[in-house]
Amino acid sequence: MKSQLNVSSVVAALVVAGLVLLPVYSNLSGNIFILTLFTRIVILALSAVSLNLIMGYGGMMSFGHAAYLGIGGYAVGILAQEGIGSGWAQFAVAIAVSALYALVIGALSLRTRGVYFIMITLAFAQMAYYVASGLSRYGGDDGLTVYKRSDFGGLINLGNRVQFYYLCLFCLLAVVVLVWRIVNSRFGLVLQGLRSNEQRMQAIGFPSKRYKLACFVIAGMLCGLSGALLANNTDFVSPAVMYWTRSGDLMVMVILGGMGTLLGPVVGAVAFLVLEEVLSQITEYWAIIMGPLLLLVVLFGRGGIMGMLGRLNRG
Amino acid sequence: MAEPLLRVDNLVRRFGGIVATDHVCLDVSKGEIHAIIGPNGAGKTTLISQLTGHLAPHAGRIFLGGRDISHFPAYKRSALGLARSFQITSLLTDFTAADNVALAAQAHDGKHSFRFFANARKEKSLRDAAQAALARVGLGHRADVPVAKLSHGEQRELELAVALATKPQLLLLDEPMAGLGVTESQRMVKLLAELRQEVSIVLVEHDMEAVFALADRISVLVYGRIIASGKPDEIRQNEEVKRAYLGDQHVVVGHG
Repeated sequence: MKSQLNVSSVVAALVVAGLVLLPVYSNLSGNIFILTLFTRIVILALSAVSLNLIMGYGGMMSFGHAAYLGIGGYAVGILAQEGIGSGWAQFAVAIAVSALYALVIGALSLRTRGVYFIMITLAFAQMAYYVASGLSRYGGDDGLTVYKRSDFGGLINLGNRVQFYYLCLFCLLAVVVLVWRIVNSRFGLVLQGLRSNEQRMQAIGFPSKRYKLACFVIAGMLCGLSGALLANNTDFVSPAVMYWTRSGDLMVMVILGGMGTLLGPVVGAVAFLVLEEVLSQITEYWAIIMGPLLLLVVLFGRGGIMGMLGRLNRG
Repeated sequence: MAEPLLRVDNLVRRFGGIVATDHVCLDVSKGEIHAIIGPNGAGKTTLISQLTGHLAPHAGRIFLGGRDISHFPAYKRSALGLARSFQITSLLTDFTAADNVALAAQAHDGKHSFRFFANARKEKSLRDAAQAALARVGLGHRADVPVAKLSHGEQRELELAVALATKPQLLLLDEPMAGLGVTESQRMVKLLAELRQEVSIVLVEHDMEAVFALADRISVLVYGRIIASGKPDEIRQNEEVKRAYLGDQHVVVGHG
């Protein structure tokens, strides 16, 4: 705890400060696009933070995390279409259904480990994708337009760009604080112990499965929240948000930023999505540049961006 | 006669065609150090793993304090007072020594660990328990050192501290001397000799000097079968044991 003021903390603080001040810049420069882009980044950073809880701290390589983006999104979209516009109701359903899905999927998936766990979480997410594609009443393959954003009464207007951005950022920071508390709690220490050595944890008296399942459910709920925000941001939800490449993107953000670090996923999400944006303006084939870059980070930057910054610090 | 603390009744475990545990019977009384010796591949670790619940036996039963625990999961056996040290050191390497021990204390302080907000590293009762267990094995001054930075000998001692922090009735020690130097071994023997006042011990060990110095009784395991069980002197005189196992190690046993 002594080295609080190291390079990685400074970078993380700068990223957070930048995110807080972004609307001011957008307003002064008249660049509205950047606010739209960063709203998306903040929302996906929230998903990455939730994935990091399972992957980074729990050591469970879930390859189906995008399913919750879809569940959260469809909760908003379907309720809106059925005439329930209340944001409280929509967000509550988004989180509750995500929890339920996580509970069922987790209970089944956690019977396996390693590659099988990756495959089974992937399979369930693809199943969710096809279920959504089959919802013909709600647009099927084409997706569902959300004509009216979630209504939080007079409290906050999601139709206002800046207000919506700050709502997303508030959720992100609140979730980061929540994860920070969890990681250092009794529960969090058990979780990290399980990541390190599950057999040992059982031997010293912990029923490991129920702790992993609880972690899986918490992460699912948090990602469901970000799914609800995402549907509001795009005014649209489609099966595509659940596709396996989306789950892969989220994993890349976590690994790129630094698995098992508090702010790594936020830094990773910003880096990944900004890079994607910049590169896609240069060339249509941006993935050709992005791929090797990611490979380099994985090969030579153990611990992702936060890990590399940490080593800078030690000289 | 009073019910022994641990009773193993005709335990059988196969791996394919190999019978790794072949109708093993074993008693451990309160306050006893019971050593299990045998050549490599005799099935010692397989036996320990069945006692702790990491491996299911194919037949036979295990009783702890008269209670049939044969089908209990590992964490329940831990709650009943069974603790294990691992053959290959398997500590939580990301954590400090104190964290490792505090987690063991946390599993046994009667409160569940579904607590999501309070900082567990600031819970005084857990830290105190950890510090006490560390001091017990002579690691009091190394509490805040990350496990990865501890020497091999210190890691073995930490293994023991973790096991002790679960307040066990019975310690299963799987080769606690493995890889230790002469001085470290002597320290470990001394420590185990002190611990026998508080806790019964099943000791799996290759270091014959340590075994004969510590054990009240010795069981000899060969090809999954217990071929002899008795006081150290009886084992030393046993012809079958000499042939099967000790034969190669006259020198060691000679001054044991």
